Amino acid sequence: MTNLLTPTKETASANSTLGAALDRIDGPKKVTGAATYAYEHAVEHVTYAFPVQSTIAKGRIAAIDARAALALPGVLAVLSHENAPRLVATDGAEMAIFQSDAVAYHGQFVAAVVAETIETARQAAQLVTVHYEQQPHEAVLRAESADLYKPDHVNPFYETDTESGDIETALAQAAVTLDQTYTTPAEHNNPLEPHTTLAVWSDDGAHLTLYDANQGAYRIRDTVAQAFGLAPEQVRVISPYIGGAFGSKARVHPQVVLAVMAAQMVRRPAKVALTRQQMFSVAGYRTPTIQRIRLAAGADGKLTAIAHDVIEQTATIQEFAEQTALATRMMYAAPNRRTTHRLARLDMPVPAFMRAPGECPGMFALESAMDEMALACGLDPIEFRLRNEPQLDPETGRPFSTRGLVACLQEGARRFGWQQRDPRPGLRRDGRWLVGTGVAASTYPARRRPSSARVRVESDGRYTVAIAAADLGTGAWTALTQIAADALDVPLARVHLEIGDTALPAAQIAGGSMGTTSWGAAIVEAAQALRKRLHEEYHDIVPAAGLEATAETGDNPAAQQFAMHAYGAQFAEVRVNRDTGEVRVPRLLGVFAVGRIINAKTARSQLLGGMTMGLSMALHEESVLDPQFGDYVTHDFASYHIATNADVGAVEVAWIDEDDRHVSPMGAKGIGEIGIVGTAAAIANAVYHATGIRVRDLPITLDKLLPMLS
Amino acid sequence: MNPFHYERADNAAAAVALLAQSPTGTFLGGGTNLVDLMKLGVAQPELLVDVSRLPYDRIEPLVDGGLCIGAMVRNSDLAANRTVRTRYPMLAQALLAGASGQLRNLATTGGNLLQRTRCVYFQDASKPCNKRVPGSGCPARAGYHRNLAILGASESCIATHPSDMAVAMIALDATVRVLGPHGERIIPLTEFYRLPGDEPQRETVLEHGDLLTAVDLPPLPFAVHSRYRKVRDRASYAFALVSVAAALDLDDDGTIRDARIALGGVAPVPWRARRAEEMLRGAPATEATFRRAAEAELAAAQPLPGNAFKLPLARNTLVRTLLDLTRDVTDVTEGATR
Repeated sequence: MTNLLTPTKETASANSTLGAALDRIDGPKKVTGAATYAYEHAVEHVTYAFPVQSTIAKGRIAAIDARAALALPGVLAVLSHENAPRLVATDGAEMAIFQSDAVAYHGQFVAAVVAETIETARQAAQLVTVHYEQQPHEAVLRAESADLYKPDHVNPFYETDTESGDIETALAQAAVTLDQTYTTPAEHNNPLEPHTTLAVWSDDGAHLTLYDANQGAYRIRDTVAQAFGLAPEQVRVISPYIGGAFGSKARVHPQVVLAVMAAQMVRRPAKVALTRQQMFSVAGYRTPTIQRIRLAAGADGKLTAIAHDVIEQTATIQEFAEQTALATRMMYAAPNRRTTHRLARLDMPVPAFMRAPGECPGMFALESAMDEMALACGLDPIEFRLRNEPQLDPETGRPFSTRGLVACLQEGARRFGWQQRDPRPGLRRDGRWLVGTGVAASTYPARRRPSSARVRVESDGRYTVAIAAADLGTGAWTALTQIAADALDVPLARVHLEIGDTALPAAQIAGGSMGTTSWGAAIVEAAQALRKRLHEEYHDIVPAAGLEATAETGDNPAAQQFAMHAYGAQFAEVRVNRDTGEVRVPRLLGVFAVGRIINAKTARSQLLGGMTMGLSMALHEESVLDPQFGDYVTHDFASYHIATNADVGAVEVAWIDEDDRHVSPMGAKGIGEIGIVGTAAAIANAVYHATGIRVRDLPITLDKLLPMLS
Repeated sequence: MNPFHYERADNAAAAVALLAQSPTGTFLGGGTNLVDLMKLGVAQPELLVDVSRLPYDRIEPLVDGGLCIGAMVRNSDLAANRTVRTRYPMLAQALLAGASGQLRNLATTGGNLLQRTRCVYFQDASKPCNKRVPGSGCPARAGYHRNLAILGASESCIATHPSDMAVAMIALDATVRVLGPHGERIIPLTEFYRLPGDEPQRETVLEHGDLLTAVDLPPLPFAVHSRYRKVRDRASYAFALVSVAAALDLDDDGTIRDARIALGGVAPVPWRARRAEEMLRGAPATEATFRRAAEAELAAAQPLPGNAFKLPLARNTLVRTLLDLTRDVTDVTEGATR
């Protein structure tokens, strides 16, 4: 029996490696360059496509002059709305390139050159002249805009607004109240591997193969098949290795469609790789947010009202409504509650998923407000959170499957040395540096979705596990192999995993921190089915032809009975230079309650990476809009800053014992995104503790501190 | 990127002669900035004359006690040079504050001096920029100018010079050796850069075909007590919001005999702070003196809404750097008398 079939540790199988700190099984391939990424697949007679991007934010294309480009030796075609294939159906207007003369945002693909070499394609793209009829555009998100609207739902299917009780009365009658607005900037995902697609049509045009950097091969397949009027079976998507995504490769972006169209036009394989600059227009980004938080509490420090009103942006051509206030619905107890989301439709690129969409910006606001409110109530911020810990999910009234927030706060306080903290701000000095500490809570939904998997055993005892999962660099290759070996009760080395290919059983995308739980559940079910068959039909002797079993999981029934979330507590120590306002973060601690850990090494990397991205969000990341152009002008790594190694101090990652079989048969919750949630608030709260200056507008750059430091 | 011709010159004279024939050609050093600009379509040279292998890769003492730095010396080699580290610490610190280890391994001394602004509009060929396309306009003034100039800018251009190394060199009174079509000449670095005025496309006094062959540092004994302080938006790998290169020479009684100061990140050129230096000479080395000097230097600043923070930032950073230097000098003096 494996320890998945019997959850007690005493009977854990000798073959189980669950929880062990194993090296990545794909590590050697990656460091030796043997892991093939989308752009690296070698096919014969390949061509290269390079886009021409709009230089206006709104209007129409009056004329396209491609003569100079076509005259360049090596140029095979110039694509535009004048000659491109018509798409049958689309998953949103962003991917519908070259379908009309309309321009809806700066940087939109308006044409593309297909050529024998990437250099020729890029040079020729500069030679394509596009004449526009420009119209006035609106690019700036404004809280006071009259055109804000209420979307039907927020990502992916949550209610737009929620309300219970009476906020206004509670605020009017409370002993302590808070009413503050917090803002976060637009941010871009920026995986290291750019968005790349290689499209190969069969000679008869009946089959299309895509080597593509994405978070879920099946979603790409289905969207592309639909767009080009093909049956899903006519399209195969191959994506074994992905160089980071952070949400930006979850759906079909324009480069996929461009590669398919280019290959169709020139009847040869076509490659597209976005440049770093292009990734700031057509690969999604996090909407800027304007968030008003109102809190009311009694003299006992118990919240009586929580209101979170969010304003954010979407594009005119496609809606993405980030669920920014979602976590606020569940985080703390209070009888009077309200959340709202309002959107501005702007002439801007289409926002999309980025690193914990919703929770990440929303929890910056809520957890900053909780810190302010704790101070206003005269309470330690941890104590304040403990006093407002709900027994049941305040929104649904359901019990929590597991809720480890209190345990994380208490364990974090112990590890961080929080008990010795003097709450008064601006007191601690070390030379020219002001020193402070802060805390914030983390959370992320614990979900899983239907997936299927196939497990096969050969007569020599080797197992093959097949599932169209995606490893974005997270460690899925390793974790899924461990889950399979554990469920099969065989040594790890006997399990061969196949992922990232629509020739394999269909599976949930790597998104929403649902990969491991969804795929793991399917693998466990298939493994159990195989073992059962082997035992019952073959008396545990593998037939010469081998044996296989498949499983297809459905929706998790526990989702209707329980509120299921992961939690964490993040602690930060910051130093602020009194002369310059420079902020340094010498120490971060994150303690998480995320169910059972599958691989202690890759899990730590996930959480540490998330916290580092949270630090980056707190101090650095900002896509600066130039309203004159409707364009994000910080579109390279010299101007769009992400944290460097030198910015990252000691980062300690810990987790508490948790095992949640309601979420998944492994007892695991997702860990991909929770690490980034709350970090920015912990740092902002620490900056306040160091300086007495409350920065409610990310990122915390030195110019926001300097005027008040001297 | 447009197709271009590539030539590698055997000697400096041949390199200069080659380039003289190509009006849009340019010299290639480490390529860490030029190649980026070519990919972006900002630079479109017909000819690259690779000078990185010319024999100007030595760092040698001069008869006057100064130091001659070959124009092809890599930034990392210059930063690691023992003489530079001990006698001109501000220069070693400035080099190590710039770029990344990989870039410093490639970037040359001459190329570093001639690198272009990182103003986002200059680097985006789809947008107007008076420096890139004279007369096309400057969107930065009304747009994104957080990291642009508060001193020495003009209506047509508010770009900043991005180099750290050049800030230290200009403070040290470095001179540049130039080989041109008409022979060799020597230009003080303080006269090498041009303010933008209404010709922001002309950044230096160099003529087409001029090749930098070396940078000479004068002896300047008191530069042994010098510092480079760079303030930026992250702890590493970012251009300066403000930087200060400073050297102080103090009497035993704490009077300032002499000073060298330059500012980076605040002007279209590495900004020699002559006004501050004048105010320091003969004055007591106190915080009040340093503050007066900083404010005198910055009096002419014309900040914009998005970069007004640079004014207090430059003042504070200069004052603190001079205070730190005073402590350096005093510590050494007291150590010697003890």
